[in-house]
Amino acid sequence: MTPSLIVSYVGRRAIPFIQLYALYVLGHGEDGPGGGFQGGVIFASSFVLLVLIAGWARARKDAPESIVDPLTATGCLLYAGIGFICILLGGAYLEYEAFAGANATAAAKQHAHHFALIGIELGVMITVTASMVTLYFEMSRPPEERNAPEDGSGDSDGEGADA
Amino acid sequence: MIGFLTLALLVGLAIAAVRVRNLMTATAILGVYSLMMALLWCQMNALDVAFTEAAVGAGISTVLMLAALKRIGIEEHGSTHGPLARLLLRTMQEHEIQRRARGIRPERAATFAALLVCLLFGAVLLYGTRDMPKLGDPKSPANAHPEVAQHYIEESDTEVGPTNIVTSVLGDYRGYDTMGETVVIFTAALCVLLLLRHPQGRRRRS
Repeated sequence: MTPSLIVSYVGRRAIPFIQLYALYVLGHGEDGPGGGFQGGVIFASSFVLLVLIAGWARARKDAPESIVDPLTATGCLLYAGIGFICILLGGAYLEYEAFAGANATAAAKQHAHHFALIGIELGVMITVTASMVTLYFEMSRPPEERNAPEDGSGDSDGEGADA
Repeated sequence: MIGFLTLALLVGLAIAAVRVRNLMTATAILGVYSLMMALLWCQMNALDVAFTEAAVGAGISTVLMLAALKRIGIEEHGSTHGPLARLLLRTMQEHEIQRRARGIRPERAATFAALLVCLLFGAVLLYGTRDMPKLGDPKSPANAHPEVAQHYIEESDTEVGPTNIVTSVLGDYRGYDTMGETVVIFTAALCVLLLLRHPQGRRRRS
């Protein structure tokens, strides 16, 4: 299925702006509506557009399984990792003030909150983006892509080892 | 006034989404439903929720449903009766002799039974709303609690920093819950991966 000229022309030019807007939503979450979750969903929607204009197989090359699959877990690990670092620094789990040290000023504590919040929002965004991209790619997988390429090669590898 | 209009539209859209037989149309209607819902959240000054509703409800979940429809076909097949109505239908068909004697059509009886259950459930829900506080009531327990809502509104600026209190509640005061939500998203992606990726290949290998 080749998309219409209009879809591919507009889509190609819209994708970078969609991704930039997603990053804006992530960064602007402190002062207005938005945050990691919404930013992640918007970022993922640019990949939906990519599938529409470039086709499933070509888009999967730009967002390969070997990168997107680990990223779904990376965001969670980043979030949980910040919590554990807080414990190592002497605070409670996810107690961001621990980043500023034991007897820090109020301003330093605020800075610690600020950076920890950016960190966890980034974690949320990474997980949401990768998960939504994965969900869309797996749901919209065309029939000719449903047989596993690496599975087939794995089988032939096994036979080769036997011979 | 606009609130009532939006609510009326929501009810109309919900009925339309259930009545339509073409699932593609139903999905589109659900997308509009989510957008209307986002408007309603805006009207309640819940901008973060409205944003999420518009991005997730009207945007990505509509896309995911369309992707799923491409796999299963866009026409609705078979009976529209729920499990309870089907059970009643089967019971009545088993006692066919009595049915014929009384002249009751089982399909119609099942529809009435389903309607009765819906009305009863709706009445229970309406009865339950009598105990809820008025929308935005400052004296309601959730808003008046000195250590929760009051504390967030008064201390968020000095304790956490962001001007958007929703962000400081989500990321800081309730950071543990947000981490749980992130893990839920991750689990969803993991389940879809395990269920949908290379099912044929795995079967061949085992």
